[in-house]
This record gives sequence, structure tokens and C-alpha cells, in this order.
Amino acid sequence: MSLAATAVPPPRIRSRSALPGFGLAMGFTLFYLGLIVLIPLAALIIRPWSLGFSGFWAEITAPRVLAALRLSFGASAVAAAVNSVFGFIVAWVLVRYRFPGKRLIDALVDLPFALPTAVAGIALSALYAGNGWIGRPLGHLGIKIAYTPYGVIVALIFIGLPFVVRTLQPVLADLNRDSEEAAATLGATRFQTFRRVILPMLAPTLLTGTAMAFARAVGEYGSVIFIAGNLPMVSEITPLLIIIKLQEYDYAGAAAVGVVMLAVSFIFLLALNALQAWAASRR
Amino acid sequence: MKRLVISLAVAASVLFTGAAEAANVTLLNVSYDPTRELYKDLNAAFAAQWKAKAGDVVTINMSHGGSGAQSRAIIDGLDADVATLALAYDIDAISQKANLLPASWQKRLPQNSTPYTSTIVFLVRKGNPWHVKDWPDLVKPGISVVTPNPKTSGGARWSYLAAWAYAEKAPGGNFEKAKAFVANLYHHVPVLDTGARGATTTFAQRGIGDVLLSWENEAHLALQEAGGEKYQIVYPSNSILAEPPVAVIDKNVDRHGTRKVAEAYLQFLYTPQAQEIEAKDFYRPRDQAILAAHHAQFPSLPLYTIDEVFGGWTKAQQVHFSDGGMFDQIYKPGP
Amino acid sequence: MTGRPRAATEDHPLVKFALCAIAIGFIALFLVMPLATVFSEALAQGWRMAFDALAEPDALAAIRLTLIVAAIAVPCNMVFGLAASWAIAKFDFRGKNLLITLIDIPFSVSPVVAGLVYVLIFGLQGWLGQWLRDHDIKIVFALPGIVLATIFVTFPFVARELIPLMADQGRDEEEAAVSLGASGWSTFFRVTLPNVKWALLYGVLLCNARAMGEFGAVSVVSGHIRGLTNTMPLHVEVLYNDYQYVGAFAVASVLALLALVTLALKSLLEWQFAGEIAASHHH
Repeated sequence: MSLAATAVPPPRIRSRSALPGFGLAMGFTLFYLGLIVLIPLAALIIRPWSLGFSGFWAEITAPRVLAALRLSFGASAVAAAVNSVFGFIVAWVLVRYRFPGKRLIDALVDLPFALPTAVAGIALSALYAGNGWIGRPLGHLGIKIAYTPYGVIVALIFIGLPFVVRTLQPVLADLNRDSEEAAATLGATRFQTFRRVILPMLAPTLLTGTAMAFARAVGEYGSVIFIAGNLPMVSEITPLLIIIKLQEYDYAGAAAVGVVMLAVSFIFLLALNALQAWAASRR
Repeated sequence: MKRLVISLAVAASVLFTGAAEAANVTLLNVSYDPTRELYKDLNAAFAAQWKAKAGDVVTINMSHGGSGAQSRAIIDGLDADVATLALAYDIDAISQKANLLPASWQKRLPQNSTPYTSTIVFLVRKGNPWHVKDWPDLVKPGISVVTPNPKTSGGARWSYLAAWAYAEKAPGGNFEKAKAFVANLYHHVPVLDTGARGATTTFAQRGIGDVLLSWENEAHLALQEAGGEKYQIVYPSNSILAEPPVAVIDKNVDRHGTRKVAEAYLQFLYTPQAQEIEAKDFYRPRDQAILAAHHAQFPSLPLYTIDEVFGGWTKAQQVHFSDGGMFDQIYKPGP
Repeated sequence: MTGRPRAATEDHPLVKFALCAIAIGFIALFLVMPLATVFSEALAQGWRMAFDALAEPDALAAIRLTLIVAAIAVPCNMVFGLAASWAIAKFDFRGKNLLITLIDIPFSVSPVVAGLVYVLIFGLQGWLGQWLRDHDIKIVFALPGIVLATIFVTFPFVARELIPLMADQGRDEEEAAVSLGASGWSTFFRVTLPNVKWALLYGVLLCNARAMGEFGAVSVVSGHIRGLTNTMPLHVEVLYNDYQYVGAFAVASVLALLALVTLALKSLLEWQFAGEIAASHHH
């Protein structure tokens, strides 16, 4: 469910495994992985070099591509930041407090995982358009969400929320309360305890969750295109630009932008692994 | 429990056998965005006629999307028997890039292989609050215009060229002035959908923009959907003759063995019965008598052709819509 | 929690109230309202209209296709997940972490890129396009392409639920079974599978939800042929663009109901079998 690599605990037994089936299981794993993921991605990585390096570089530094990358990364960052704050509050409330409807809220947090992105897209755009439940009152205040970059952010907040909450929850539940009590005994206010004791302990986990929300948001397509407005240079996200380039017969260009996104997500995955190792060591 | 299992089984069998009609022939018509309603009607009429004439049951599957996108899909292997796209260049591309039909395809059917035509009009909100009457009104300060992305939508390319033709052919107009006018126009565009239908949805359902640059048929349809309460159509002083052509995709029909019915299908589009349906769905029929019978719905206005202003589609595509072409230059500085 | 005065690690009631209000408000705004919009728009013109939209041949065809795609993709990834977790969790080998990272790639790749890679390989202009055409094999713009794209985006779901759990469980039980003379397969079916069944179900559930709801990747490879290659999420888009908002939201609400069922089952699994699902979820 979560996006970052699974941290595998070290095997309990040091000796060689006496179990059969390694060859079969490993063989099938590598075959399937290669067939479905690695070979197709290799095809993608090879494709844009028909342009030559300078052509590739020109392709990915074109103003429209840069604007799309800026929007995708910028909006994802803003959405992840919003989620880090509100996701933290939701996780905190779910772990620490009791209130009516808590289980319902807890279950609902995963809605963005389960709801198809296209459904989320049309629902959000119906909600935030000028004649929608939220769009209309905001419109009276002169605020436009749908069909602007803010619409992109709203969709990405929706997509990213569960990553922050679900990453924080177990760690927050495990958090040792002794140090909180110690801080309180030493005369710290509750807020000081939070800022000086709780937050530093949770920081690596919070960062991991936020990074996951960010990584997921960068590649998101379905929920965004319905609400974004899709204006080049303004509200056109990178995945949409790939589709448009594909539709313009520009295969190499589409693949070039795709390679950039792939590289970024791979780097992110590695960074997340490191982050999780750090988080685990801090716990 | 047992009953539940039985009813589930029944539901599943209904669900999984739905497509088992005795279909003798199946055609795939890959079309552009606003023809959804048109081909629904035409396909039913053709199927009935073909059944009566040849005795075969013909099922026509449809795929709709932005014209450029659809053309690309055929090039990538979408198995179209016939292509009915928004403009000739998109079928030229299928010929050039995938060699699925000869370059001379447009000569194979009458009138440039276009059984119906259309043009570009303005759809405005009821009462025309911005007093939009002609092309120059589209660049009034503060006005916002909705039109799709010319790179992917056929209708958007016709709209772009109609605006350009107006500015270039206006008294004192020339290439540079036209470029400036169109650039100015696109600075008033807040949303660039990939297809004509997406743009109409944005304008109509989502309430974005003051003017929709639209296919005539699409504007009429939007009017009909809204019951004539919310919008009105404005005809500019001149516009462009939009010819959406049709073609049999030779290599595909020969592989499927569907050439005969595919050709009959396209010829059917020229028959009085089909022309009547086209008029009813707001496309201008080629048949002059039927066009005249519907004159209330199709006011006559001067229409430039792509050949007289732009020297044909290949050249227009090259100059305006290719990578780094006029449209890219207009967009480069950003809003 | 008890009648004692507020403990040093408890928040002030006002703070509690405020944080609860923020959390509930945020969930309501970003999760509940979009969900409510889907159902309210679907029923805007009565139940009748919504049901008629669902009984349409194209809608039924989309439902059928979605079920078929999920019925192929989910078992494929289930078998893969079992094989991969057996190899990774029960044996020690070099490059284990790299393998885990590679399995995770599809999570961080934009769905659009996932669709693009298959077009680049199997499209008529792609590596194998002409050969496939000569042999009359259809991949993209037909069922196989849609299934492939779906398998790609749901690739790691089962594997990553199983790997940490199986690693946590170690191989003592299996080795005992083998030393008592059980065959590899019977060890797997009698010992390993019962130990991970709930986690497997959990992974399958998530995998299925994503498989049925995928939009971006499928959109690139579908060809959008009505009644043939439109899955439910794509059919939502088609109806949405056909001015049939009621129909679009009716199909969307079926998908939303599916999401809610998924959430309910998921919560049930988490509450009932928390210890047996995955070490990484609930410590």
C-alpha cells in the first residue's frame, strides 16, 4: 500500500535456507518483473535518444516542458506540505483521542486509494466549478479553484492524504510517552513538549509520509485532468504533456519527458529508502 | 444462500454474454469528438439499409476523441476500417506515417471526400453580455474565450484558421497582422482542452469563459441540450469552410475483409437519407436541396476555404501547427 | 481517559476539541464532499435515470470488461506476489534490496508513462508492431494491452503486503515441515499460505481496487472503442463528454460504491487480523 520500499527485517536464521523452490520462485519473479516492468521501461529509456543528446536536452528544456515540470513538482510540493500539516493532525487525533465516529474517519482516510482517480476527478471538478457546492461560495469571494493551478493542488491533496496519515499512525501509536512525561515533569509546557520532544521524534516518519505523498502526486493523471483546465504553461501537468506529445506524433518527445519523470521517480524511491532506514534507526 | 448464488450466476451470465449478437460484419469507425450523436443516428440507418439490401447484420463500433489523437491512434495500430476525422491533414498523416492508405485518398469520394461540412461560430451566454458580434470582439480587454488545443483537436485548428483568415483577409490585413491578432486572441483563452467536446463541457457545464469558439454543429447541440435558455449562437461576418473528410483505411479493411461494406458505408453518407440525418444533427449537408430545406438552421455567410487562404492542409499544418510553428511561437512567451 | 486529573501527556480539552474539529473538517471537505457529490449528481434526476444509464449496452460492456481485466490482472499479480515474497523472504541472496526497489518501481511511475511504454513496444510504429500486425495479434487498443497496463500499475500490491510479513515470520516452521518429509509444495500450501492468508487477501483487495479503477495507463492503450475497449473509468469519461452527466456519475457511483466496499472489507481485515496482516502496518 505505501509507496516506499518495504524495509525487510534481517533474517532470523543466519544459516542457509533449507527450503526448496528458490530457483522456481526467483526465476518466475525475475521473468515476470522483466517482462512486465523492466523491458518496457528499457524501451522507454532507449526511445528518445534517436534525437541525439542535444535533441533530448532541447526537448526537455523547452519552455512548455519546463513549465509543466514546474507545475507538477510545485503543485505536488504544496499539496504534500498541506498534507503534512493536516495529515499529521488527522493521524494525531486518530491515535491519541477518542471521539464519536473515529473508526469511520479512520476507514475513510483510505478513500483516495480505493476511489478510481477518474471518479475523484469528475467529483472534484463538479464540486469546485463555479456552480458547485464549494465553487459557488468561493466564487462569491472571488476565488477560483477549478481550471486553475489551485485545482491541481486540490486534486493532489486528495490523492496524497492517506500516505501521510498511514505512515504516521503506527509510529505515533508506538511513540514512547516516557519522554513526554519527563519533559512535562521538568516543567515544559505541552506546546514545548510537542515542539522539542514529539516533533523531532516523528520528523523522519513525517518526512517519509510527505515524500510518498509528493511522489504519488507528481505522476498523478486521472484526478487532475478533469479539474486542471490544462492550459499550456499554466495548468498543464507533465503526464498530460506526455499524452499531448504522443497525440502530436511526437513519440521521441513523449518518451523524453517520460524518461525525466522516470528518473525523478527512481531517485525519489532511492531517497525514500534511505529516509526509511533513517526513520527506523531513530525509532 | 443458494438463491443468492443462483441470482449471482444469472447476473454474471447476463453480464458476460451481452456481446454475443449474431454480428456478421463489424466495422470500426474512428471519428473525432463532436460526431458522437451524428454517427449514432447514421449507423442505425445504415445498418437497417444494409440488412435490407445485403441481408447481413452490420455492427459499427465507434471510437471518438480529438481528431489528431484519433489519427495517432490509427497510426499506432487502432484497427479502424474507416476514419471520419475533422480535417484532411489527420488522414494524410495516416497515409504518410503508417502508409495504411494511398496519398490520393481524398480523390476517391465526391467533394474532397467530405459528405458534410461545417463552419466555426461563436457560442455566447444568453443575452450576449459582451456584445460579441464579430472576430475583433473576441480580443476585448477582459473577455475570455474557450477553444481546445489546436495541436490535438481538429475543431480548434479550424477555429484558429478561421480567426487567422479573418484577420489576413480584412482590409489592410496581412500575415503579420493576422499573427498578432491570433496571438492576442489566444491570450484570452483560459482553458485549452484536448478535444472540442471537452471545450464545450468546460464552457457549458462548468461555466468557464464568455465565448466558445465552436463547430457550428457543436454549438447547435449545446443549445439543444440546454433547451435554448442559456446560450445563443453568434455568426461572425465571415468564417471558414470546415471540411471533415471520410476515408476507408485500405490496409485494415483488406485484412478484415470488410472493404465492400466499408465503402458502402461511406457512400451511404452521401445519400439523401443520410444527408437528411446530417442536417438534423446540425452538419451542413452537401445536397443543396436538403441544405436549402434547412436554411433557417444554416444561415449563409462568406466562408473562406483552406486552399484559398492557406494553400491547403499540408502547408497550413506545416506553417501553423508543426513543432515550432506559428501556434508554438504564439504560445512561447506564455500568458 | 480515567477519572484522574489530566495527565502530563494529555492535551488540553480545548486543544483536543480544536484538533478534532480540524481533522474532521479536513476529512469532510476533501474526502466526504467529493464522495457525496458523486452520488448526488448521479441521483440528480432520480433513481430511474441512474439505473437506465447503467443498463445501457455500452455501460454493461464497460462493466464486463472491467471485471475481465481485473479477473486476469489480479491473479497474475497474486501469483507473482507469492513467488516474489517466497524468494525474497525465505532465502538470502545478494541484491535483495535492489530487487525490492525494482518491484516498487511501478508505484512511483506515472500511470501515463506505464501506458506509453506499451505503445512504444506493441504499437504499430513500435518495436514489435509490424510483426504483431503480420501475425494478426492485437495487443494495444485491445484486451491484452489493457490487461498489461493494469498489471503494470498494480504490480507490487500483493508482493509488498507479503514480503515484510513472511520475512517477519522467518522460515522455522517451513524448515520443520520439510525436515519431517513434507514436499516443497505441500509445505507452501499447508504451512506458509495459512500463515499469510489474511495479508494475501488484503493485498488482493487493494490490487483489485486499483485494477478496476485505473484510468491513466488504460486510457493510453485503450483506443476508446465504445462497447469494446472502454473500461468503467473510461466509460465515465466518455459519458461525461457526451453531456450525459447523470450517466457519468451513475457509473462513477458504482465505482464509488466499490471503493466503499473495499474500504469496509479493508477495515474489517485490519481490525480482525491486525497481527496477521503485515508487520509494517501495525506494530
